[in-house]
Amino acid sequence: MAKHIGAETVVFSKPVSIIAAASTAGTKEGEGPLGKLFDRVLTDNMAGEETWEAAESAMVKDNLSILFEKSGVRPDFIFAGDLQNQCCGTNYGVKDIKIPTFGIFDACATFGEALALAAMTVDGGAAENVAAGVSSHFCSAERQFRFPLELGNQRPQTSTYTVTGAGAAMVSNKDVPPYITAFTIGKIVDYGVNDANNMGAAMAPAAAECISAHLRDTVRAADYYDLIVTGDLGYVGKELLLQLLKNEGIDIADNHTDCGIEIFDKASQDTHAGGSGCACSAAVFAAMLYKRLKKGELNKILLVPTGALMSPTSIQEGKSILGAAYAVAIENGVIKWNI
Amino acid sequence: MNNESYDDMVKKASPDSPLLKDCIRAFAVGGLICVIGQMLTNFALNYGLDERGAATFTSVTLIVAASLLTGMGLYSKIGKFAGAGSIVPITGFSNSVTSPAVEFKKEGYVLGLGSKIFIIAGPVILYGVLTSIIVGMVYYFAGR
Repeated sequence: MAKHIGAETVVFSKPVSIIAAASTAGTKEGEGPLGKLFDRVLTDNMAGEETWEAAESAMVKDNLSILFEKSGVRPDFIFAGDLQNQCCGTNYGVKDIKIPTFGIFDACATFGEALALAAMTVDGGAAENVAAGVSSHFCSAERQFRFPLELGNQRPQTSTYTVTGAGAAMVSNKDVPPYITAFTIGKIVDYGVNDANNMGAAMAPAAAECISAHLRDTVRAADYYDLIVTGDLGYVGKELLLQLLKNEGIDIADNHTDCGIEIFDKASQDTHAGGSGCACSAAVFAAMLYKRLKKGELNKILLVPTGALMSPTSIQEGKSILGAAYAVAIENGVIKWNI
Repeated sequence: MNNESYDDMVKKASPDSPLLKDCIRAFAVGGLICVIGQMLTNFALNYGLDERGAATFTSVTLIVAASLLTGMGLYSKIGKFAGAGSIVPITGFSNSVTSPAVEFKKEGYVLGLGSKIFIIAGPVILYGVLTSIIVGMVYYFAGR
């Protein structure tokens, strides 16, 4: 059974497996360093639809179909979310699939939340298989949070580039590695950052808090993990995260990377501080990390999707940007927790 | 850690924009737009328009050209390269009106395009008119 340990962590002693993972990527992501690893790369970011929003929903639907095919199961439930208002990207994407769906939102940390909820649902016996998925689309995010695409302005060096794509994982009670062995729900943090063009800075303290709480709660050292992978802090956020953790005496410089850094080639793709968006952590997990876990190149990872919680209204009204992070431990062995 | 010391950390970790490169590009492209404007004015003057007419001809031509380039997806590329160089001239204003029109057309001609077309240029129009009223009143009462 799942057990709540420490302040923020839940651990699983029974196998809760990730039996498959699927990823879809946009054209720019397809040209990036991970291009060949995605299950599907769009040839056109409109995905044959009339609007960017509909294109995102089409990706959600296609990506879930790929996941069902790869895992060979139709899940009992779906936990999914995206960045569009009222989770429209997800809702229009799953409506034809006809599977009960929990629409969830935690900005770009949604994949962490989806995995955590899916794992508890499976572990608790409420379902045998649960799909956890997210999506984001550069153009629908720009429209909602920033400026019209054709506005001739320059993006600051600290800004990140929203990933167009979708990522999903099938969480199951089948006993097949890798397993979700624990997760830590970070607290929402507020360091007064109000620059919407510097999301990495807004999220880094949340990631630091979450990672530090996870290690404390599980009584693990940072080097226990082969890789600690944050969601979309980008280059600026990574630097801040390493510093914040160092102040607490935790050094992850050697085993940390960030999905926002992995997904684009900074030099040739002009993406400034890196990739962001819900799909950033999920697509990188499905395309790269999951495969490396399966091959045994990685055995223990801590995936930490990070989210910047704000809306255009909260920004206009002068509120600072909140940070959130969820740490999910994914390992090739089941852990007999004894804490 | 308090917010102020974190803010210092963020400032140190955040790379600055390449100021010199941006300035040179802005100067070159902004200057080029002005040269084109001057050529249009001279052209109009040569064809017999008076100074006022030539100025109007120049503005209208630049606005239409920038609007067309926006619709063709080219002005955003110019803007990315030139920054303030293509934002400050009248062409930038044209782009700031046309780009929401392109973006929000999908939401319908009335509540989409119609209500959101001035989402960026709106403040400039509002406060520009307001300022001109104030300046006009000062001129009317004190300037004569």
